[in-house]
Amino acid sequence: MAKRLGVEVSIAVAEAAKQCNVDVISAYPITPQTHIVEHLSELVADGELDAEFIPVESEHTAMSTCVGASAAGARTFTATSSQGLALMVEILYIASALRLPVVMSMVNRALSGPISIWNDHCDLMLSRDTGWIQTVAENGQEAYDLIFHAYRVAEDHRVLLPVIVNLDGFTLSHVIEPIEYFDQAEVDSYLKPYVPAMRLDPKHPITMGPVGMPEVYTEARKAQEEAIKAARPVIAEAWQAFGDQFGRYYRAVESYQMDGAETVLITMGSIGETAMTAVDEMRSRGKKVGLLRIRLFRPFPVEELRKALKGVKRVGVIDRALPFGASGGPVAAEVRSALYHQTDRPFVYNYIAGLGGRDVTVENFEEMASELESLEKSELTEFYKIINVRE
Amino acid sequence: MAKETGAISWKELSLGTAILEPGSSSKLKTGDWRSMKPVTDRECCIKCGMCYIFCPDMVYSRDDEGYYVQNYYYCKGCGICAHECPKDCISMVEEGSNG
Ligand code: SF4
Ligand code: SF4
Repeated sequence: MAKRLGVEVSIAVAEAAKQCNVDVISAYPITPQTHIVEHLSELVADGELDAEFIPVESEHTAMSTCVGASAAGARTFTATSSQGLALMVEILYIASALRLPVVMSMVNRALSGPISIWNDHCDLMLSRDTGWIQTVAENGQEAYDLIFHAYRVAEDHRVLLPVIVNLDGFTLSHVIEPIEYFDQAEVDSYLKPYVPAMRLDPKHPITMGPVGMPEVYTEARKAQEEAIKAARPVIAEAWQAFGDQFGRYYRAVESYQMDGAETVLITMGSIGETAMTAVDEMRSRGKKVGLLRIRLFRPFPVEELRKALKGVKRVGVIDRALPFGASGGPVAAEVRSALYHQTDRPFVYNYIAGLGGRDVTVENFEEMASELESLEKSELTEFYKIINVRE
Repeated sequence: MAKETGAISWKELSLGTAILEPGSSSKLKTGDWRSMKPVTDRECCIKCGMCYIFCPDMVYSRDDEGYYVQNYYYCKGCGICAHECPKDCISMVEEGSNG
């Protein structure tokens, strides 16, 4: 039987990696991710986890080590945040291009400057186009659950791509939650041992990561694009199997109070929990408000969003990152392009909220939802705004 | 001989564009963009083999007389051999000329 424990979410994530029986962990400590790798290093040092823990001098090397270990056929894990992610970005592209099923938990934190250790999705967006599959946890249990799912998807021979499991810094990582730990036997039946499709082996030499001349580069990128698209059904299948085994079913886009919803908010990450409270309050006052929470960020769930937003009048997308000089936040931009070719599409407005640890409150969500109706009718020149900014 | 252009469909690429055949680079003509080529003056050559050792592309091989001869299929014209020859008997001549 699975047991329920009050535990810090970071520790639970580390325990998940342990239960996945990882072979190699290479990481560099960075706030707010540190507790994850710290705990893993303890587990290895105490002999509770039979793995190599490779401490390194930078995140660039942490990811390079993961690439090397994975190429040699090891199940590999790392974790990072913010500036650390920024330093490893170069190698993130390599991991996905080499089709190595590395799994990383990213404890989302703002990027400098100004220096901020607090939570937003700047780092998530920095890794947006690196070719990694990305899932986003909303609470501690999900952060734990999604690690098992990540390995199952990454190592599936129909996929073979690295996966990032995102969880919000502090608001999730440092919170003590009741987490249901799985029995090892259950995990072992959900996640089979890793069988590499290809690996570095002196007996059968191969070259990984050769030069791609102009004659082949486009084809290589196309192959990678097709690979991440082909991951969609496998991601869904792995969630289905997870639900069948552990009782919690996940979807690429989670719906909340969507029956007859005219106004819909879209969130990603832990603020979805606050948004649900706000939606409940508004529903109790008879307002037709619903909520969609994006669980799968890459590959982006275009079809699921189109379906979920059918018949909806107005949408407020909440972004936790501000790309300077763009036409709003990245999630909103993707939602808009997903809907643009529909003849009957809702009005889409974008809120930039919760940057660098700024709270997003129930009241904020209520204000957004009620304001959307008037925004829809007004002459707008810009379709996004930063909320709670002091003039 | 592999297709020298590498022009194949994305569907035919190996996983992660890995090269699965060891030594397959020997099939690739790496010398097609050379602008200068090394030419050895046998009169002054002492058969020391320095050119053979330093060439990064395995262009040189030893012939029956002990001289080191170039296989221009692989020579990219970098000039390292000419630079390293202790007797200065390798000259870099413009591609297309008879040297
Ligand atoms: S020019 Fe360069 S590539 Fe050509 S034979 Fe000399 S060392 Fe080798
Ligand atoms: S380095 Fe010069 S002297 Fe020595 S073998 Fe080559 S050509 Fe002859």
